[in-house]
Amino acid sequence: MNWDSSLLLLILATSLLPGLVIFFLPEERVALRTTLNMAGAVVKLVLVGVVIWGVLHGHYYESRLPLLPGGLDLVLHADAESVLFVTLSTVLWLVTTVYAIGYLEGSHHRSRFFGFFSLCVTATVGVALAGNMITFLLFYELLTLSTYPLIVHRETEEARQAGRIYLRYTIAGGALLLVGTVWLYDVAGAFEFTHRGVLAGLDDADRTVLTAIFVLLIAGLGVKAALVPLHGWLPRAMVAPAPVSALLHAVAVVKAGAFGIVRVVDDVYGVEFAASLGVTGPLAVVAATTIIYGSLRALFQDNLKRRLAYSTVSQVSYIVLGIAVVGPIATIGGLVHLVHQGVMKITLFFCAGNLAETLGIHKVSDMNGVGRRMPWTMAAFTVGALGMIGVPPLAGFITKWYLGLGALDAGQDWVILVLAGSSLLNAGYFLPVLYAAWFKAPPDAWPAERAYGRSETAWALLLPPVVTALLTLAVGLLASAPFSPLQWARFITTQEYAP
Amino acid sequence: MSHEFLYALLGVGLFTLGLYALIVHAHLLRKILAINVMGSGVFLVLVALGGRTPGAPPDPVPHAMVITGIVVAISATALALALMLWVHAKTGRARLPEERLE
Amino acid sequence: MGASLANTPWGVLVILLPLAGALVCFLWPRRSVPLGLVTALGVVACVAGLGWQVAEQGVQRYAVGGWGAPLGIDLYADGLSLLMLMMTALVGLGISVYSSGYFDRKTATVFWSLWLFLWAALNALFLSADIFNLYVTLELMGLAAVALVALAGGADALIAAMRYLLVSLLGSLFYLLGVALLYHSVGSVDIAILAQQVEPLPAVWAAVGLMSAGLLLKTALFPLHFWLPPAHASAPAPVSALLSALVVKASFYILLRLWLEIFSPGDAAVGQLLGLLGASAVLWGGIQALRQTRLKLLIAYSTVAQLGYLFLAFPLGTSVAWKGALYLLFSHALAKAAMFMSAGNILRCCGHDRIADLDRVARRLPLTLTAFTLAGISSMGLPPSGGFTGKWMLLDAALYSGQWWWALTLILGGLLAAAYVFKVVGYAFTPAEVTHEVSRVPARMEWTALVLALAAVLLGLFTPWPLALLDIGLPFGGGYAG
Repeated sequence: MNWDSSLLLLILATSLLPGLVIFFLPEERVALRTTLNMAGAVVKLVLVGVVIWGVLHGHYYESRLPLLPGGLDLVLHADAESVLFVTLSTVLWLVTTVYAIGYLEGSHHRSRFFGFFSLCVTATVGVALAGNMITFLLFYELLTLSTYPLIVHRETEEARQAGRIYLRYTIAGGALLLVGTVWLYDVAGAFEFTHRGVLAGLDDADRTVLTAIFVLLIAGLGVKAALVPLHGWLPRAMVAPAPVSALLHAVAVVKAGAFGIVRVVDDVYGVEFAASLGVTGPLAVVAATTIIYGSLRALFQDNLKRRLAYSTVSQVSYIVLGIAVVGPIATIGGLVHLVHQGVMKITLFFCAGNLAETLGIHKVSDMNGVGRRMPWTMAAFTVGALGMIGVPPLAGFITKWYLGLGALDAGQDWVILVLAGSSLLNAGYFLPVLYAAWFKAPPDAWPAERAYGRSETAWALLLPPVVTALLTLAVGLLASAPFSPLQWARFITTQEYAP
Repeated sequence: MSHEFLYALLGVGLFTLGLYALIVHAHLLRKILAINVMGSGVFLVLVALGGRTPGAPPDPVPHAMVITGIVVAISATALALALMLWVHAKTGRARLPEERLE
Repeated sequence: MGASLANTPWGVLVILLPLAGALVCFLWPRRSVPLGLVTALGVVACVAGLGWQVAEQGVQRYAVGGWGAPLGIDLYADGLSLLMLMMTALVGLGISVYSSGYFDRKTATVFWSLWLFLWAALNALFLSADIFNLYVTLELMGLAAVALVALAGGADALIAAMRYLLVSLLGSLFYLLGVALLYHSVGSVDIAILAQQVEPLPAVWAAVGLMSAGLLLKTALFPLHFWLPPAHASAPAPVSALLSALVVKASFYILLRLWLEIFSPGDAAVGQLLGLLGASAVLWGGIQALRQTRLKLLIAYSTVAQLGYLFLAFPLGTSVAWKGALYLLFSHALAKAAMFMSAGNILRCCGHDRIADLDRVARRLPLTLTAFTLAGISSMGLPPSGGFTGKWMLLDAALYSGQWWWALTLILGGLLAAAYVFKVVGYAFTPAEVTHEVSRVPARMEWTALVLALAAVLLGLFTPWPLALLDIGLPFGGGYAG
């Protein structure tokens, strides 16, 4: 068995196989289920490490299966972008698994939940490792299907409605993506993701057709990436349990959409060719609109998770903006925000989940003085929030720095205004929360308190946000270190732009 | 107009009459009879068109087809009649509920 | 051993075995379940044998009893017939296992002989080499199917069966009249000879029209689909499965054969007309499915919609389009059988199939709901599934030839399918207002549904082999080969 061609399949299997087994486990087998979950996550992390080492030493990892006539194969391939995304997914999956085990303790249908949870991660890893559009599409749609049961997990009428809306958006988006992909293959023949794209090399391609395909693809991807006006499903999906919101909003669904846009612009069209088609400008405008709109809506949400949801809508578009502003520095900013936004947002959602679970707090207006009751949680929240605002030396600052510099470099000065405005708005909806939590007097009684002995909450709920907050600090402080996300993003970008 | 052609035309005429009756009449027995008339029309066409060259013995293949067809028609009619009786037993009427086509 | 296996007339066995099985089940009703299951396995083995024979030696032709055409019957096996036979064998095996757990003693004795007889007729149909034999097998199949619909016994089922019988006979008579006219014009009923010698005479045109009309009625293409939903919905679940998955495909197969071999290249306008009717079926069936309150009716209207997809290949006419349609046909058979079986399980468990009252089926019958969802995935055309592959190929053909309106139909049909599938799934997750007593569902019923649904999904991952199979005999035109 060739190691190079099966390693990627093994990585998929580390979440697929435990997931399938977990479906059949009886509810009471908590220890076995936990072991399977954790073992899968750890083994996946190890294998991803092997891949990183291998890619740096020039190994070529690829798995292939003939799928459709016309030479279209299912291709898994580990290039630099895949490694970036898959590492993010794997690390955050491990952390979220711990969190989910703690969060769902004692609730029903955990086997079903963790089964679909594992499938969801399998689909995300597949999206990351996809080597061509058809493979990407396959795993992208699998992601939709595996996240739906997680959204309706609570089996309430509200959950069902949220699931319905989620599907309306994502399946319609999938249909647009499908048409765009079929058309693309029609025009370009079978091809795989290549740096600087393949479409520039086509002799007789009609530019209008290519632009139309671009619009279709971006629209299809934009649903998951929550580009305005396709973002409507995201706030409503908050009815899902917190680990689901954390995973969906930091790692899986929104990132898959954003990652897809990165792939289309960089590895299908090629960023310079896309600029020559004239599509990057409008894309940048859409991204900027989303950034401002999301932040504005977030200002007016009292429900904490919804506030964070609109914040996600806004933040994910930084990635799109970075890609759409044509220039290496901006691209670095966009790419690195894939990682940064992931760790920051997951911290925030973990904390929100802790507040809900431990004290029954769902609204910002209930958060007065909670910093004294749950110091570690709120400390992590503070780190995440400050990172979002862009306070140095946290991760968010690095992103905004590069985006701003890149905008100046590319001659798109208006982007600076967008960034500044957005940071102000972020401050507007995060700082009051922090102030209330740390400096206001707590109420007499919390909405619904659960005691955890002397610690502020269960360790399984406390450890993950602390870890991800530390990660937020680390990726910011150690941004110049050899294997930081920033350096990785730099590496990817050098391959994208002509020297 | 040769004999065969006349018979064939008659066969088509029977077919059409049967089709009309099938659509128009509501009672199941009439519908079954209509189907039978249509069937006979088709068999007549088959046999008539089978007499290819005058003077030579007729082509046996259409005759074989007609015999097979008759056997099939008998089985189908038997099933139809049995079903009609069951429908009548269950619903008290020998009609299909909506007075629509077929 | 290899040589004798290669020379066995598998084609003849494929027909005789279920026929014998039907007879034996009729004579020994007490033992019909085990006899039926053994026969089913035997038929699957024979189809495998035939498949191997065709793959090794190419197209097969047998003269039954040593008497050839024109008075004797010839059997003809190419890639297309083999695909249909395999589809029937797989779904048939699933239905057989499912039925062994579904029916009570009394109904089971009648069911098995009728079912095996229908299977024999289907196999004979797919192997027929002349248009008259197609008529005979079509009629035999129709009669058996009608009897199976009436098996449920209630007034609804009997009325649906009566209507189905009248429709079936009407369609066959139109077809037979066409056969008479074709024979008169060409002098033979053998398909191969007709393909070579047919000329565009008025009698031939009349024959084309008559035969197509009859077959379209039997395939329930819009607007001739009115008889299908009541028949498929009021039959017992395994019967609904075989009706939607197999029986309607038989008349489509005949239409396809005639179109490809004898009437090609057809008039472009006729192709567009068929495509238009197909598109109407897709949209109308989808909308109607969405409006249904009962699960089995929803699934029946879904069949009307899915059959419409098959007709989109006619205006496109390229090799990719035909293969895409056939891939859809195969996946649909597996998926629809799984869906009806799931509905049967739900009926057995909850005592009703009202969609809004589905009470937490996700908890009670997780395997069944998974089966339904996987089958739904194939129906929607989401990857990975056989339905996706078929949809992709049709989309490809449509965009390549510039007839983008068919692409739009495919997309809209997929969205409608997603709407009605997830409507059911959504209700299955939530509790209903009125709870009902639940009964146990035998494991084999849940597992057969799941296995068939998985097969529909796996069909999307293992595509090269079925596609290569279709190339044997190559009845598909050239043009864009993908």
